[in-house]
Amino acid sequence: MHIVVCIKQVPDSAQIRVHPVTNTIMRQGVPTIINPYDLFALEEAMRLRDKFGGEVTVLTMGPPSAEDSLRKALTFGANRAVLLTDRFFAGSDTLATSFALATAIKKISDTWGAPDLVFTGKQTIDGDTAQVGPGIAKRLGLMQITYAAKVTEYDAAEGSVTIERRAEGGTQVLKSKLPCLVAMLEGTNEIRRGTMADALRGARAEIIKWNAKEAGVEDLSKCGLKGSPTIVKRVFAPSPRAEKAKFIEIPEGGSLPDALIAEIFTRQPALEADLTELARGF
Amino acid sequence: MIDEKFDAIVVGAGMAGNAAAYTLAKRGLKVLQLERGEYSGSKNVQGAILYADMLEKIIPDFREDAPLERHLIEQRFWMMGDTSHVGLHYRSEDFNEEKPNRYTIIRAQFDKWFSSKVREAGALVVCETTVTELVQDAYGKVIGVKTDRGGGQIHADVVVLAEGVSGLLGTRAGLRKIPKPTDVALAVKEMHFLPQEVIEERFNIKGDEGAVIEAAGTISKGMTGMGFIYTNRECISLGIGCLVSDFQKGGESPYTLLEKFKKHPSVAPLIEGSEVKEYAAHLIPEGGYKAIPQLFGDGWVVVGDAAQLNNAIHREGSNLAMTSGRIAAEAIFQVKSRKDPMTAANLSLYKKMLEDSFVMKDLKKYKDMPQLLHVQSQNFFLTYPQLVNKAMQNFVRVDGTPKKEKQKLTMKSFTSARSWAGLFGDAFKLARAWR
Repeated sequence: MHIVVCIKQVPDSAQIRVHPVTNTIMRQGVPTIINPYDLFALEEAMRLRDKFGGEVTVLTMGPPSAEDSLRKALTFGANRAVLLTDRFFAGSDTLATSFALATAIKKISDTWGAPDLVFTGKQTIDGDTAQVGPGIAKRLGLMQITYAAKVTEYDAAEGSVTIERRAEGGTQVLKSKLPCLVAMLEGTNEIRRGTMADALRGARAEIIKWNAKEAGVEDLSKCGLKGSPTIVKRVFAPSPRAEKAKFIEIPEGGSLPDALIAEIFTRQPALEADLTELARGF
Repeated sequence: MIDEKFDAIVVGAGMAGNAAAYTLAKRGLKVLQLERGEYSGSKNVQGAILYADMLEKIIPDFREDAPLERHLIEQRFWMMGDTSHVGLHYRSEDFNEEKPNRYTIIRAQFDKWFSSKVREAGALVVCETTVTELVQDAYGKVIGVKTDRGGGQIHADVVVLAEGVSGLLGTRAGLRKIPKPTDVALAVKEMHFLPQEVIEERFNIKGDEGAVIEAAGTISKGMTGMGFIYTNRECISLGIGCLVSDFQKGGESPYTLLEKFKKHPSVAPLIEGSEVKEYAAHLIPEGGYKAIPQLFGDGWVVVGDAAQLNNAIHREGSNLAMTSGRIAAEAIFQVKSRKDPMTAANLSLYKKMLEDSFVMKDLKKYKDMPQLLHVQSQNFFLTYPQLVNKAMQNFVRVDGTPKKEKQKLTMKSFTSARSWAGLFGDAFKLARAWR
């Protein structure tokens, strides 16, 4: 079987810094990671491959530095990695992104065989739209199952896949014809730690890089900013919390708990009154 | 087991490891570098000041694309009293040169850059992989490493241990002893963000210029230690460190020292209104020449912090790390090109080359200093700074006391705190250790 997994390189939201003066996101020095949702997609794809044989091709669109994420995917155990990178793709919204990725998947089909399954994460943590996966499915005419928790069955002969889908109020078990796009939910599996051989292969591998033309894009007006009808009206940072952590000094001969409680009561006089009231009851 | 053998495996991707891996790969050796962090720099902590000369010897045109913060034009030494400091400042326009001599850097960014150069040079860099054990043959020769990944045994002719200050691998393999608490300092550091122009105004600098402050005295509460304040482009690195053995004795904890250092009236205005974005702690080898472990053996060499190569007196560490990494690589290359085996006898060339360099010469010069400062820490880090600060105040305060009387009072404050013999003894010992 052949599975294509779409991933995205995103800033590590745990380490993101908002510039204290300009309130813009400081990208310099902020580490990038594979979009966490995509890791569940990658692991689910590799489990299927390990069970039924075949290959996992990882695809991403991004700047040349997105190569790091693909290399990491190879280190986890993916078979090959394709980077879609071109200045024509810059500024893509979800419509333009799904167009570029769908085009590239066609090219992947022509080159290494048509995929039986295409995996994506449910959404990315930097855009949070959850639109790109369904967009790809629509453009390629694939079946699609979103909010997937687990692939329970895969039947190559019948050409079907059975998936547990998390829905409001319970779990749906859905069976779909192949080829199918699966958008995976978080927390559904755990990404494996690649072996030393995988790690060496990942560090050494040549990442396949396609520009728009090489990926088979004919209509450049559907790419990047040109192909993106979405308009960003305003970007703003939420106002930071005024309360700051305070360093508490322990007075001479005092104790830490006493100092701490005193500090809490100073800030929340109502709490002290309530607790005193309560204590009186005992 | 991996069916592949490397010429060299470098354990660690800090300054020493990157310098070694880069030099080896440039010389055409087949190099594997293993780093436990997510990327080179993700776990590396330093003040940090970069000394250009030592990096130039490895990457001559590093200024073209390395992420540098500010080049230093001013150095301040502060002897701290409780509410004052006596300072020695050196500032020179000469440091505004075409190729500046010292820069502040942020290691997470700098090391990432250095690592990209290592890759470009042709080394295979694998991160998120911890080397758990050195593989030794029946005769004790190191022939490879085991990692925390499945099927993780990999072989090489020589292993370069650039694993950092704690030296766990070398210790585990019985090649060395774990560093003593008297030989390592624990330093804590914060990054204080401020607008660029505020930093420039407060430190009297402009453009890419930078200033640094090294501070010692009552801030370490009688422990052997120092504080530092370095200017980066948009933030100030501020930290303090003391010997682990002094922390062990009790008293102050590292974070309270840091909090008090930040509140010192000489320091507080410099960081006022800043936002702390990062907090880090790190061990620093401070044992000097006498703490250096065995540097080479059958199939291995040790470089950088792991070899305790750090000049605490001059606050130089990363340049010794880079230089030892480069020299180890050059020695390995020489042995390799003679087609000789990587035995202890052949790898002793590394130590010889290191002894001919400034690294060992500088450390040897100060070989008695760590012991002296440690034993006399109460005097050097508490009593004397207090006396000097008091004397200085006495000198500048105009209060109608006749000058001669003031002089007498000052002398008396010294002799009552420490006998004449003690004072002369300390001065003599200090001079001898410095010589």
